[in-house]
Formats: sequence, structure tokens, C-alpha cells
Amino acid sequence: MLGKTAGGLYWMFRSLERAENTARLLEAGFRIALTRSSGTASEWKSVIATSAAQAAYTAKHDTYDAERVVDFLLRDQDNASSVLSVIKSARDNARLTRTGLTTEVWAAVNETWMVLTDVLKEPVLQTELPAVLTTIRHQSAVVRGALHGTMLRNDIYDFCRLGTFVERMDSTARIIDVKYYALLPSPSFVGSRLDNVQWETILRSVSAHRSFRWAADSDFTAPAIAEFLILDGRMPRSLRFCASKLVDNLGYLGMHDSDPKPSLLMARKLNDRLINRDIGSIFEEGLHEFLLSLINDNAELGRQIEQDYRFNS
Amino acid sequence: MSKTLKFFDEMLSADGARPPYQDYQTWFDGQDNLRLANKAQEAEAFFRRSGITFNVYGQEDAEERLIPFDLVPRILSAREWTKLSKGIDQRVRAINSFLHDIYNRQEILRAGVVPLELIAQNEAFLPQMMGFSPPGDVYTHIVGTDIVRTGPEEFYVLEDNARTPSGVSYMLENRETMLQMFPELFSKIKVQSVSDYPKSLRQSLAACAPKSAGSKPCVAVLTPGIFNSAYFEHSFLADQMGVELVEGHDLRVVDGHIAMRTTTGYKRIDVLYRRVDDEFLDPLTFNPNSMLGVPGIMDVYRAGNITIANAPGTGIADDKAIYSYIPDIVEFYTGEASILKNVQTFRCSEPDTLAYVLEHLAELVVKEVHGSGGYGMLVGPASSKKEIEAFRDKLKARPSNYIAQPTLALSTVPIFTDSGLAPRHVDLRPFALMSPQGVNITPGGLTRVALTEGSLVVNSSQGGGTKDTWILED
Repeated sequence: MLGKTAGGLYWMFRSLERAENTARLLEAGFRIALTRSSGTASEWKSVIATSAAQAAYTAKHDTYDAERVVDFLLRDQDNASSVLSVIKSARDNARLTRTGLTTEVWAAVNETWMVLTDVLKEPVLQTELPAVLTTIRHQSAVVRGALHGTMLRNDIYDFCRLGTFVERMDSTARIIDVKYYALLPSPSFVGSRLDNVQWETILRSVSAHRSFRWAADSDFTAPAIAEFLILDGRMPRSLRFCASKLVDNLGYLGMHDSDPKPSLLMARKLNDRLINRDIGSIFEEGLHEFLLSLINDNAELGRQIEQDYRFNS
Repeated sequence: MSKTLKFFDEMLSADGARPPYQDYQTWFDGQDNLRLANKAQEAEAFFRRSGITFNVYGQEDAEERLIPFDLVPRILSAREWTKLSKGIDQRVRAINSFLHDIYNRQEILRAGVVPLELIAQNEAFLPQMMGFSPPGDVYTHIVGTDIVRTGPEEFYVLEDNARTPSGVSYMLENRETMLQMFPELFSKIKVQSVSDYPKSLRQSLAACAPKSAGSKPCVAVLTPGIFNSAYFEHSFLADQMGVELVEGHDLRVVDGHIAMRTTTGYKRIDVLYRRVDDEFLDPLTFNPNSMLGVPGIMDVYRAGNITIANAPGTGIADDKAIYSYIPDIVEFYTGEASILKNVQTFRCSEPDTLAYVLEHLAELVVKEVHGSGGYGMLVGPASSKKEIEAFRDKLKARPSNYIAQPTLALSTVPIFTDSGLAPRHVDLRPFALMSPQGVNITPGGLTRVALTEGSLVVNSSQGGGTKDTWILED
């Protein structure tokens, strides 16, 4: 496969994952804003912080409110991570890698682009926001379904998956990090109203408010939620899950290598930090510090994958 | 439009449907217009969803457009096709011989059949190709001959596209669309298949590989990238052939060969089907600012280590000024009279002829010698006085840049409209593949149709549409 094609597939799926994550973030933020009468600015601010678009946002706006944040994250062309921007980039990458995709995957991405550019043509009214966010998540599911259902499990598929999980790891880690103060097991917070709302936001941001109850078999306690999102290998958006998928897919790609590539070694190291771990030791290390170094290592891994597989040179 | 021109309609004659269309007419008469209108919309949605679109040049952030597809097929009988394909075969061989001659011994110039200055002063002539024979002596691997019709037996070649003719993806996708929309039609009417084209293309290209290639030559398609107007076609062909689609920055010279950057290192390419113009092919030899080509590819080419399809410099054969000499060229190399006729052509470079053309601008079609895509041309009968006068000045300033032709009474084929069938002008571009094993012409082609009533300009960039082209089985 061409290095350029591998890069196109990887970035296409990073973009698609980003669009989906942005939709989830907005959904959770919007929910909080609805249930509160005042003081929603800090909530919207944390949505922007989580989306990793803080710098681009503050360059344009100095206040945080629903209208500005929603428009910035969904439609703003100056925001390279807005849903409109990433969908365009995903579709450009799909065109670039057209020869590697099944007709179904290509058509799904193309249709996603058509549907979303239409839905996001005009600023989204608050009354329409839930429907628009549902459409984004739905389209993302259609692409994923086409990928799973029709693609050969070969290197093409592996690069798609690497893009998905590098992006998802980054997103989940940021969500936890932005709200980490709400997760710290501090006696003064436990049981307070604020805590519950914050925890629910976190879980909703990763579509895990239902599965937490099934899987964790525990009350909404800070350590249980943190453990679920970081260490539960069954939860498809947990850090542990993402890291193990990265190791798997890099492993398939390097199956015939006599020496493992640097990217595989890095992924293994990342993964090792998440297995046989208990949440207590992470709190001891410092949750924020732990997440920050994970985010950095993940970004570094992304760069190494680009190099190892000659995306650009 | 001049009222004096009478047009030949390929479907409907005074006594009803012409023979090739009779079965179709019977089927059509049994159709409900509303159902057909829905089918037309379905087809459009299918094209959009599949991304069968093209980008329009010269428009900032232009949206991708669909080439409108008309659901009434353009039908030719096996007999009509046999004559056409023989004529194309003959013409393609002659053009290939002409290119080899021009870039080697130049016998045709010495014989005085083609004037020397037409070659020497031609921008499409590449001195870098002199004294060199490409692998298998093939220059024109793919040719798309534009043919128009004015009567039952009157076919004319309008242009020999010997550089990088486009449109073949529409030939294939139009058929695919028709098969999906009207499967029952194809069980009633026996139409020759076009679906082998990608396989034939790959085989034909592989057969032109350099001697240094192994038994399984590596073929790749070179595209300028996703913003090129024909990108869809480039990716479509690579996909259908099962070969890589590369851009200039994927390639470099490695050990005297062209190689592409893969995830596991550089891999050698033997045949490059390039959809990049000569000028941009090699910044070291041609346009130094080109980002689309491969530095050094011409050296690799001249060393005989890669096949470039089509060969650089083929433009000298499909130039509009050379066009008027093609019947002589055919005779010179094949010893036979040209089967397909040329359209009468006035060479504006000749002073007497120029005077005639200037006098008759309102009746003529005037084209730029190097132009394509329907840009920079004047269709006299369809132009205002002001447009004609503006063109007159351009023509006088550079006469040798133009040729003129009589306005042809192009045949019509009906299109489907809300109010039923309506005649529109068409042309036809069949696709011929050439290799040392011979010329292979797929029974079909791209029929372009001028959707505006009375219009004679069929180019997609000027609002033309397409039709599926049927060649009936015997």
C-alpha cells in the first residue's frame, strides 16, 4: 500500500471519530445547560477545553455561551476540528484513498458529507440541536457499520482502526482530564449535587451512562467512574480498550517484521501502563499528571506511526 | 440557430423508429412517464452518492457538479459500429506510425505530405522525444476519437484525442446505471458489453511494459490529485484495474527506475498511465514549477526503464492544425484511403483562407488550435454580432492559432424531458487501446449530448450531458 494511502485512511478515521466525539461532548454540555438556569458559561468553557480547540476559540470569542460554542464546534470553518471541517477532511481523504475502500464505505462517507454539509449549512437552532447531534452520531455509525461489514481485515483496515483509536484515546483522556477535579475522591465533594451532575456529564460524553451501571455494578463514586473510563477493558471508549486495540492493529501490521517497529514498542509501553493497574495507584501518581503524560505519549505514538509507515516521506 | 439546417434524428425518421431503435421504442411506448421521471431522479441520486462528479475550473470553491445523465440510450447497429471501429482502428495505427516517424526519420516531412513548419513551430512537439522509440513502439496507448454524424451513413471525425482522453468512466458508469434502472431492457435487447474495458486497459498497458519488467509488470495511474476535474475518473480506473493511484509526491527515481513510496519502502513501477499533461511530467525537463510530476522521469524513460502512457509528445498528432492532414497521414502510412471522413477544415494560417473565414464568421465554427473542452471557440450561427466582432479581433491578431470548420448539422437523439422525448444534438467518443498486440476498441463509448435545445456544444464544462451508448449485437 502507498504510504500516502495509509496516511489518508488513518486521518480519515481520526476525522470521523473526532466528529462523533464532538457531537457527544455537545450533547452532554447541552444537557447540563438545559437543567440549569444560570452559570452555564463554565460548562461551555469546559466543553471547549475538552475539544482541544481552546486556542482557536479564544482567538475569536471572549465569552462562552451555547450559541457561540455550538456554532464554533459544529460549523466554524476557522476551527479545523469543527464537525464541518473534519467531515470535509474525512471525505477528501476518502477520495484520496478511494481505491482502498469498498464501495459501501466510500458511499457511506460521501453520504455523510452530503447529509452533514446540508444539515450544517445554516447556524443550528437550539430546538434543532438534539436532532442534528443525533444525525452526526447516526452517520458515524453508518460509516463504521460499512467498515466492519465490508472491509477485508488487512492492512487497510488496520490503518483505519489506528486512526480511530489514537483519536478516541486522546478524546477520552481529555474528557477525564477536564473534569478530573470532579473525580478526585475528596470528602468535601462526595454526595454533593454538583458531583452527580459532573459525573453524569462525563459518562454521557462517552455514551457510557447506561453501560456504567451494567458494568461497574457499583454506585456513582468517583473512583468507580474513573476506573471504568480508564481501566475497564470492556468499555469501548476506555483508555485501556483503545491502547489494547492500538497494540493489536500495530501487531497485525508488523506481523512479518523481524524486529518490532518503534510504534509497536511505544503502543505496548502505553498499554502496559494500563494493565494490572488499580485506580488507587493512579490517584497516588496524580490523575491529572497521569492523563497528561498519556495524552503526550499517545500523540507521540501517532507521529511514530506516520514515520514507521511512511505517510509523508 | 439557422433555420436552413435540417438535422438527422438517429431514433425517429418519417416512418417511425429507425431499425436500431425499434425494440427500444416498443419498450418506451409501454412506459409510464412518471415512472421514468422518478428513475431519472434515482439516477441523479445514485451519481451523487457514488461521487461521480467533476470539479469546474476557474471557479473559486466551486461545488462539485454532476454531469447530467439522460436515460434514453444512444443506439448504433452492429453494422454501423463495424464501419466506425474499422475506421478508428485504421486512424489510430496511422497516428501511431506518424508519431514514430515524426520523432525519428521524419519521412512524411521529407515527402512533403505534411509541412515542416507545422511540426517545427508546434508547442506540442517535444524535441526530447527525438531519436527515441518507446517500449513496443507504442505512443498512443489510449485514444478517444470524437465522432459526429450528419446522416445515416455520414460519420466524421471531429478530433483525435491522443493525449489523455477522458470520459471512459462515464461510458462504464452510464451502463451500470442503466443496468440498475432498467434491467428488463437488457434481457429484451442484446447490447454488447463494455464492462471488460478496465481489464483490457490493464492488459494493454502491461503488454507495453519495458523489456526490463518481469512477467507481471507493475502498472500505476498518475493523477494530479483530488482537486483535478477528472479525479473521479482517475480513481475509478485505478480501482477497476486493481492498481495504485499515485501522485507525483509518491514517486521518485530509485536505482534508475520509477518507484512509489509504500508503507514498506519503495516499489518499482513499470508502466505509468499518467493523467498529467506533458508540461507537468518532469520539472527537470519541462515546467520547472510543476509539483505534479516526477523529477528525472524523462531520463528513466529515455533509458527504457518505464512506459509512459500516452507517450510524451503525442499532442503533435491531435493538434487541430495537423487534423486537416490526417487523411493524407492515413494514406501515407497504411496505403489505404481513410475510412472515416474529416470535417472540412480551413487553416487560418493561410492568408486566402483567413480572408474567407473572416468573411464567413457567422456561419463557421472557429477553434483554437491547442484548445480543448469547448473553451475559446466561436460557434458562428449561435453567437451575437458583438461576440463575433470580438472574436474577429482575436483571430486577426493570431491567425495561425485558429482553424475554422463549417457548422455541421449534427445528428440528434431524443432526451427524456417532462414533456416527453425531445431531440438534442450528440457526438460520440469511443475508446481505443493500442499495444504491440493490436488495437482494441470497446464496443460503445461516451455519447455527449447538448441539453439546451438547439445547442451544438456538447462539452460537459459547457452544460452538456451524457447518454449510455449501445452497440447492438448482430
